[in-house]
Amino acid sequence: MNRFALAHARTIADAAARATTTVADAMTAARSNATRPASLIKAGGIDVLDLMKENLLAPDMLVSLRDVAGLDTITEAPDGGLRIGAMVTLGALAAHDMVRRRYPALAAALAGAASPQIRHVATLGGNLLQRPRCWYFRAAAFHCLRKGGGHCFAISGESQYHAIFDNRPCAIVHPSSAASVLVALDAAIELVDADDTIRRLPLASFFVAPGRDTERENDLRPREILTAILLPPPAAGLCTAYLRQGERSAFDWPLAEVAVALVRNEESLCVHAVIVLGAAAPVPYRAQAAEAALLGRRVDDNAARAAARAAMEGATPLPRNGYKLPLFEALVHRAIMAAVAETL
Amino acid sequence: MAQSRNADGNGVPPVGGPGAVSLALTVNDITRTVRAEPRLTLAEALRGPLGLTGTKIACDRGACSACTVWLDGVPVCSCMILAIEVGQRRVTTIEGLAEGERLHPVQAAFVAHDAVQCGFCTPGMVMSCAALLAHTKQPSADAVTAAISGHLCRCGTYPHVIAATVAAGAETKGDGP
Ligand SMILES: Cc1cc2nc3c(=O)[nH]c(=O)nc-3n(C[C@H](O)[C@H](O)[C@H](O)COP(=O)(O)OP(=O)(O)OC[C@H]3O[C@@H](n4cnc5c(N)ncnc54)[C@H](O)[C@@H]3O)c2cc1C
Ligand code: SF4
Ligand code: FES
Ligand code: FES
Repeated sequence: MNRFALAHARTIADAAARATTTVADAMTAARSNATRPASLIKAGGIDVLDLMKENLLAPDMLVSLRDVAGLDTITEAPDGGLRIGAMVTLGALAAHDMVRRRYPALAAALAGAASPQIRHVATLGGNLLQRPRCWYFRAAAFHCLRKGGGHCFAISGESQYHAIFDNRPCAIVHPSSAASVLVALDAAIELVDADDTIRRLPLASFFVAPGRDTERENDLRPREILTAILLPPPAAGLCTAYLRQGERSAFDWPLAEVAVALVRNEESLCVHAVIVLGAAAPVPYRAQAAEAALLGRRVDDNAARAAARAAMEGATPLPRNGYKLPLFEALVHRAIMAAVAETL
Repeated sequence: MAQSRNADGNGVPPVGGPGAVSLALTVNDITRTVRAEPRLTLAEALRGPLGLTGTKIACDRGACSACTVWLDGVPVCSCMILAIEVGQRRVTTIEGLAEGERLHPVQAAFVAHDAVQCGFCTPGMVMSCAALLAHTKQPSADAVTAAISGHLCRCGTYPHVIAATVAAGAETKGDGP
């Protein structure tokens, strides 16, 4: 790692004022100004230190959020939902009683991510903001589109871990396991800038697809701190599931993950369906055709299979990742059945 | 570079570095002061200035758990933690488990069950298994598997590690907390 100074911010405004650059800006040659000092936020540090160790980032200063009060708490919101501070660790969240009872799919997603050691340190905010795992992106030798270069090496290269939807001109998959399930649960986020101005938006609209900008995965601005993730209260009758498939049963980013949130009425007909695929596209991917296939129907095995087939509509697999289609289809089917089994 | 000290007196200034700063680290119940640049990881501080080479560095990326130590009793990868951020949290390393010549039950069980091959992953494995035993008196094989799910052992000692830890747990049966 390069030499850098470390600042312990005491307040959100203090941290925001010092965070002159986002990691995405700092990594883009075209945007960064080598003579201007870069100062970046550090939460758990798992991703930011990894990028620094790979010489992909060389900030002058890291601004640690460790001592900022109030960012690491989980509180019940007045509407019955949950307010999760951005500095809450993945481990603390997965073990939290209310999360396990009311948002079991979220607890399942977090409990399966990374390793126990990482989950004790990595924060939810950092997890949502971590940069993609594309191996060309992670190797300093490849100056690809996402780092301000002119070419995507994955689309014609080693694409086995890449996107099967919306994969042009860049084919990353979104790296956050928390993101898919939080989108399925209709989470919102809260961002605060150096003037203490608060910005709230649905998590789903925070993510940026490559069609809009290839150099960032989200809309975080310089001098802005992600302060909290807000979950609405679970709707009456809501049933959820999260399933993942990886090469290893633990300790790796998944090859495919599926989060499902369903509501059925008294006649057992599906009146609400959100199906989100993770590791499928550059942003958490809503399988809308699959959702449409469930709405108004009884959620039985046939309906789940039909929805799973529909989920793959419009896929544009790359030369090395066609295997993901049957993988996702099987996981969508199983996740729908797991969600309805939860409340049977 | 001039540095101010913060009010809570733990010696960590609000802004430290990029040059070396003085850090008070409490490792295995002994507090020592080291000079370290902010970029020094806890794993490097342990192995370098503190001379505690039991903790191993393999991947240096959080991806193998060889460097596992406890922070306030919780297993973490010391290669992904900056020494300057440890603050007043207590660090426990593999050197801190035995009481004098008496091995920790997990260490003794690793010896008895031949759970060590080249030994590079072993200190980290022992730290995870000992942390499990501190909270779960008689862990099942599944609980041990989950506790070591972050560890890579290229020699393939996993079945012996699991058997050793289950046995160590069974032996502590009846012991008080
Ligand atoms: C071996 C291994 C396996 C893994 N497997 C998985 C997996 O299966 N699923 C998964 O989702 N992840 C996985 N991860 C990734 C890991 O979960 C993330 O790296 C981690 O969650 C990042 O959180 P952090 O707090 O350490 O973030 P940091 O590294 O501190 O920060 C990440 C980024 O967010 C910015 N940032 C952080 N917090 C804020 C904030 N509050 N406001 C503004 N900016 C902020 C930082 O500037 C930085 O750019 C794995 C990691 C490893 C090492
Ligand atoms: S997929 Fe995106 S990040 Fe990976 S090489 Fe292509 S442009 Fe770069
Ligand atoms: S050396 Fe720290 S996790 Fe591999
Ligand atoms: S004993 Fe050799 S790596 Fe585990």
